[in-house]
Order: sequence, then C-alpha cells, then structure tokens
Amino acid sequence: MTDVASHTATETTDAATHGAGEAVMHADAVGAGDAAADGAAAGHDAGGLVFHPLDQFLVRPIFGEGGIFHPTMPVPEIHWYTPTNVTLWLALAVLCVVLLFVVGSRGRATVPTRTQSVAELFYGFTHKMVEDVCGKEGLKYFPYIMTIFVFILFANFLGLLPMSFATTSHIAVTAILGFGVFFAVTILGFVLHGASFLKLFWMTDAPLILRPVIAVIELISYFVRPVSHSVRLAGNIMAGHAVIKVFAGFAAIALISPVSILAITAIYGLEVLVAGIQAYVFAILTCVYLKDALHPAH
Amino acid sequence: MATENVVATEVESGMPQLDFSTFPNQIFWLLIALVVIYLVLSRVALPRISGVLAERSGTISNDLAAAEDYKLRATEAEAVYEKALADARTESNRIADQARADAQAELDAALAEADARIAAQTAEAEASIAEIRASATENVAIVAKDVAEALVAAMGSTADQATIDAAVNDRMKG
Repeated sequence: MTDVASHTATETTDAATHGAGEAVMHADAVGAGDAAADGAAAGHDAGGLVFHPLDQFLVRPIFGEGGIFHPTMPVPEIHWYTPTNVTLWLALAVLCVVLLFVVGSRGRATVPTRTQSVAELFYGFTHKMVEDVCGKEGLKYFPYIMTIFVFILFANFLGLLPMSFATTSHIAVTAILGFGVFFAVTILGFVLHGASFLKLFWMTDAPLILRPVIAVIELISYFVRPVSHSVRLAGNIMAGHAVIKVFAGFAAIALISPVSILAITAIYGLEVLVAGIQAYVFAILTCVYLKDALHPAH
Repeated sequence: MATENVVATEVESGMPQLDFSTFPNQIFWLLIALVVIYLVLSRVALPRISGVLAERSGTISNDLAAAEDYKLRATEAEAVYEKALADARTESNRIADQARADAQAELDAALAEADARIAAQTAEAEASIAEIRASATENVAIVAKDVAEALVAAMGSTADQATIDAAVNDRMKG
C-alpha cells in the first residue's frame, strides 16, 4: 500500500525534485501549498500568512536528518522499529506513570505524602468506577482499565505541553486501544457465556415482532462502538491542537495578536478539561462494554 | 528517496494521522508502552497501593475500636465516680443530721437546766418579795400604832396600849 503510493509519488514528483536544488526548499514549498489547499483562505487574505496546523502531528524520527531536531527538513522513511517522536512521548507517559505510581508510593506510608495521595486518588477513583459500572466481578479486570485510563490521561496531558507531540491525537494509537477493548470484550463475552452472549442483542423486553429489527440495530451499534470509541478520542485531541495552532498562526499579525493569544489561552483551558474528560470517557465506556460482556442479559 | 516519500504522504492525505506508512511504527511503540504500563501497575504499583489502603483502613478501624473501648472505660469510671459522689453526699448528710441532733439534744439539756435555774431563782425572789411585803405590812402597823399613841399623847389624854392596838387593827382591816 505504502510502496505503491510512494512509487506513484516518485513518478509524479520526479521532475519537480530534479528542478529544485535543495530538498529543504522543496519540502517548504510543499508544506505551504498544503496549508493553502487545506482551506486557509484567510491566510491569503491576511497577506502571506502560512498555516501549518497539522505539522505538529507529523511522525518524525528522533535522530538523524529530518528528525525532531531538524523540523524544517523533510521526514525520512519510517520503519516500524524507528525511534520516533511517538516513541519519545510514549516513553515520557510511561515515565510519568512510573514516577507517580511507583516512586510516589515507595514510602508505603499510612499517612501519605502528597504524591502518594494523588496516586491513591487515581487508584480509588478508577477502582470505584470499575466496581460501580461492572460490579464486583469486574474488579478482576481493574488493572487493564487502570492501564488504559492512566495511559490516555498522561498522553493527553503531555500532549498539551508546548512543542510536544500528542500521541493520542493519532487514530493509529486510539484505534489500537478502541479495537483492543472491542476484541477483548467480545472474546471475553463468548468465553464467559458461550453462545448465550448473543442474548445481548435479543431484547426479551421488546414485543416479539420488533425483536429482529432491534437485534439488527443493536448489532450495528455494537460494531460501530470501537470506531466511535477511538475516533472520539483522536478527534477531540487533534481538533483542539489544530485549533490552537491556527490561532497561533493569526498571532503573526500585530493587530490581531492580543485576541489571538486570548483565544489560545481560552482554548488551552478547554483542552485541559478535554484531556481529562476524554480519558475518563474512554475508561468509563470501556467499563460499560465490559459490563455487557459480564452480564449480557441486560 | 526520503523527500519523495514525504511528497507522497502529503499529497496523498494532508493529515499525518492518515499517513499509513507510520502506523506500524506507532502501533509497535504503543504496544510496548501499554505492556510496560500494565506490568508496572499490576506487578508493583497497584498491589502496593491496595496494601497501603487496606493497612490504613485496618489502622483506622483499630483506632476506632480502641477509642470505643476508651470511651466505654471513661463511662464506667464516670459511673464509679458518680456513685462515690452520691455515697459521700449521703454520708455527709448523715453526719450533718447526727451533728444537728446532738447539738439539739445538748441545747435542749442546757435550756432545761437554765429554765430550772431561772425557775428556782424566781421562786427564791418571790419568796423574799413576799417576806419583804409581809414585813412591810407589819412595820406599817407598828408605825400606825406608834403614830396613834403619839397622837393620843399629844392631844393630852392617855390610852392604854391595848385599846390603841385594837383601834388601829380595826382601821387597817377596813
């Protein structure tokens, strides 16, 4: 798939590459044209403003040419093992989790330190959420839900740091999470209940004549779940970051810049909320899906 | 090669999110991160925190039980104290009553003695008064006889004593 695309691209842009001397120049030109094509008509009206609201989402290697230390250079080819900015920010999320939950609680104090009580707060919050939604049987799966919740939370908040890379803004990341939950829950449902897991779609409360119709609707909504689950998270994070970037682009005009900075501040505050809420929403929906697997007969 | 790849992706989608060439990389590192977080949480962090929470709730319930115990003991001590106080109060009342009764008895005795003494003295005084009065009446009769004798002598006649006495006695009766 990728190979084919890059081949066709090679053919179409060969001439241009030959013409342009410097690769850097060429990439800049492409970026500008791209931004314009993205519908930044305002940029042209304001007189040469260039928007790159999506450049922040580019996956770049950490080292070498075109890496994160050479942001003007074009991105080289990325293999599955290349250490990229994705790797870096995922590692930072892991580091934060370790710092908060392992280093923070190392004292095992009965009267907790500040960090330990924050860790306990997260523990208690997630534990209660799992117990409230899934019941006692759900507590077996508490570490998984805690993993998902804590990872998304830290990835979202780390993505809010200036110059950072928001891993959860990528559909590849959230789709793995969302489909992971979907498959895990579906398999768990069949393992625990066998074929009677299908009762999830058979509404015994409804009139008999309506039940097949409802079953079809339920089935469709069941398979849409992982998509909405992952697109919701990625879309929220990506949209917020892109909007901040667009407003930042307007700050280049002296007259508009105060408004622009105010707007960035406001949206940043909103994004802080969104970062926490989306992590919570993802975790609690995971609990709800898990509850369906544990108790399919409503 | 590198530049061409960039051109391909940018021309193709425009959104880095839909650049499928980076997906294997992201998925690979994501899975590693998730596994590491899961292992760290499930092996180290969560057991430790749940242990701390259990220990704390145990400590709290122990302390509460101890507090309940102490409270019970305090109530008992208070009851004992109240009882001692009530005993002391009845005892003190008893002693006070006793003292009051003793004092009353003493007082009554003293009063009776004083009354007796006063009555004796009164009787004595009355006796002496009666004596004095009797002697006074006698003296009056003597004086009257003497006066009558002197009067009779002053008028130039004599009268024997017996007559004068009879006359005076006669008058004094009247």
